[in-house]
Amino acid sequence: MKADKPVFKPLSQTNTSKVHISKVHASKIKLALLTAVTLSLSGCSSLGVEPWERYLLAKKEMALTSSPVDAALDDHIYFSKEASSGGKSFGGGGCGCN
Amino acid sequence: MNNIKKTSKKTNKKPNIKAALSLATSALLGTGALSGGVAQATEADEWQFDSAFLLYSEVDRVSATEAIIAGTKTFENDEILSLKLTIDVLTGASANGAVAQPNAQTFTRPSGNGQYVTPAGETPLDDTFHDTRVQLNGQWTQPLSENIIGSVGGHFSKEYDYLSLGVNGNLAYDFNKKNSTISMGLSYFQDTFTPEGGIPKPHSSMLVGDSSSPEWDAEFAKTRVGENDDKTTADILVGFTQVINRRMVTAFNYSYSMVDGYLTDPFKVVSVLNKEGLAQDYSYENRPDSRVKQSTFMRAKYHFDDSLLNTVADVSYRYMWDDWGINSHTIDTRFTVPVGATSYIEPHIRFYQQGAADFYKPYIIDDQLPAGFVSADYRIGEMTTVTVGAKYGVVLNGGNELSFRLEYYRQTPTNAGFTEPSALKGQDIYPVVEALIAQVSYSF
Repeated sequence: MKADKPVFKPLSQTNTSKVHISKVHASKIKLALLTAVTLSLSGCSSLGVEPWERYLLAKKEMALTSSPVDAALDDHIYFSKEASSGGKSFGGGGCGCN
Repeated sequence: MNNIKKTSKKTNKKPNIKAALSLATSALLGTGALSGGVAQATEADEWQFDSAFLLYSEVDRVSATEAIIAGTKTFENDEILSLKLTIDVLTGASANGAVAQPNAQTFTRPSGNGQYVTPAGETPLDDTFHDTRVQLNGQWTQPLSENIIGSVGGHFSKEYDYLSLGVNGNLAYDFNKKNSTISMGLSYFQDTFTPEGGIPKPHSSMLVGDSSSPEWDAEFAKTRVGENDDKTTADILVGFTQVINRRMVTAFNYSYSMVDGYLTDPFKVVSVLNKEGLAQDYSYENRPDSRVKQSTFMRAKYHFDDSLLNTVADVSYRYMWDDWGINSHTIDTRFTVPVGATSYIEPHIRFYQQGAADFYKPYIIDDQLPAGFVSADYRIGEMTTVTVGAKYGVVLNGGNELSFRLEYYRQTPTNAGFTEPSALKGQDIYPVVEALIAQVSYSF
């Protein structure tokens, strides 16, 4: 009578554990981010450079998005192939690919 | 004399504003052309162009070719106009959601016109995908005061069965000698989906049979609920960037995204199996009509010294979670290594892992038919993906840049805890998807 056994694991088990893990992860990440931002904000007056020390920072490869065309192409690929989008920029709509 | 004075003043002023703009726009949003223009604008009153041609090809599945041209013009008072045109063509086969079976399976095409047969032991793929998309983006960015930069933009995208319109607005505030920037952006998209064959009725059975019979059209129409449907997306993004020292800059973003409307994929079905695991029916999927996504994103860039070849490391991490029960981790790393005076090589590794949506099921058993939401789309199932590749770029005479990128992308869907009925033993329920990404870019 193997076929009579429930084919899926009880929903309550899988969902509860997933939700629990998800919430723990989310709260940890949020805490880490909050700490990082708070530290950055409180410490930012002692961080940074003088305007004449920006030689390296002003190089194209040091721009946070140094190749926007590559970033746009990548965003389109991953938006249509994965469940996540955005983060570094708007994740918005824009195509019927997902 | 006046002209000389003016030019000199402008030249002295530019680097700071450019540096500030580069920082501000980093956190600022969905406008590749915007930050590209900022990063590369070298002189006022001249157009700068970035162009690229990309080929994305999956083994036995979808192929896409995409071309982009983005132009940026910087005006006298540091206003920046960015325009971008994207055209892509999609062809090939895409998983329809049904599972592989020990026998051949017949499916009706989404349009209702004709059928296709999937051989035994193979993942059912609908091979009728063919679409061409044209997208236009425009962005206007300008300083609003010494420390505040504002930007507004528009988006238009049209495919055969899809229309998307969007607007965005962003503000960035610099402080601490422009070493710190806080930014906030809003965007809103309005999309209309008009799939060929109409919108399927959720949970209705795919009609399979003789599509040339006189009753076919009336029977097929019973499985439809309309010709088109809408979706809106509203995003809020808050960013903070901080220069750490001469060699390092960091960014932190938080984004909140509300998607409302038709979020179901009209081309996807779920296999309805008997207890042995043999397909009895194919049921159109049904997703919630809203989704709230949130994400945190952090990025660091570090410029090493001579001992490490002046390499620039770019490391980022994103954590995303939503109210569908999906959460994901993304780690993206690039190292830009100069080769000689005019070229560079850039290895790239990206790792992505996602959990399954609460309503994801790879198949359903006929005595456990869910009344609510269900989807067998592996893209919202449990999955790990890896991208590895490299880019080689060379600066030509006159400062124009030519680059080539080649990458390998591999998706590995995994079982999120579902037990397989006997007939599925030996079938590949979670097939690996592999793709090659090849790109040529030219900036001038």
